[in-house]
Amino acid sequence: MNDILGAIVTVAALVVALLCLVAAIRDRPPDLSHYAGVALVEVAALVLTVAAVIAMIGGDRPTEVGTFVGYLFTFLALPPVAFALARLEPTRWGSVILTVAMLVMPVLVARLNQIWEATGA
Amino acid sequence: MRDRLNSGPGLVLVIVYGIFALSAGARATVQIATKFDEAPEAYLLSALAALIYLVATVGLARGGTFGRRLALVCCTVELIGVLVVGTLSIADKAAFPDDSVWSVYGRGYGFVPLVLPLIGLYWLRRTARAERATRA
Repeated sequence: MNDILGAIVTVAALVVALLCLVAAIRDRPPDLSHYAGVALVEVAALVLTVAAVIAMIGGDRPTEVGTFVGYLFTFLALPPVAFALARLEPTRWGSVILTVAMLVMPVLVARLNQIWEATGA
Repeated sequence: MRDRLNSGPGLVLVIVYGIFALSAGARATVQIATKFDEAPEAYLLSALAALIYLVATVGLARGGTFGRRLALVCCTVELIGVLVVGTLSIADKAAFPDDSVWSVYGRGYGFVPLVLPLIGLYWLRRTARAERATRA
């Protein structure tokens, strides 16, 4: 899996998580900048997914392709779901929802990497 | 239906439960589809855990009396499950050759599976009391 793209998603998600955490601590709902940040993380996640799919089509794939793809779906679904739930909850808890989701993204990147490396590929 | 159960912190619980339902479910499906013979008990257990997370997510998201009851049952089963399986997986390693969500009290998932039902039960209690207070 592409390490640079993984690092970009990780750093971006952590920065957005921090911004959302600050909003939550200040008892603020997420504002446009937080939603834009989440959208940006989703775009980075999409790029990573496309790169991984291209690599898999090229024959470079993990042994547990099924597990990898399963995690990819979770990975792609998380930012939009968090976005929608946060819109339902325009209070500090909306900011907490975005914080949690953005903290889980790096964990998913790590899991994806782990599954990918298991082949030694 | 929006009520106390699925508002505020309750909605944060919904997303955390949702993440667990999705990732545990995907993992269990793959394990059962590709290597069921290796450790049938562990994989069935993973599938059961995933199902419970899914029902808990639905219960918490739905709210109302029925949603509350669903969530209460699921959180209780989860807490018992993670304690029993966690203890067994340490005492008898041979019985759990492959990791499930609940092995070693959910260590593979940062112990979140142990903490999550406790937070869930606390939230259910707290909102139930608040709702009774409003009605009275």
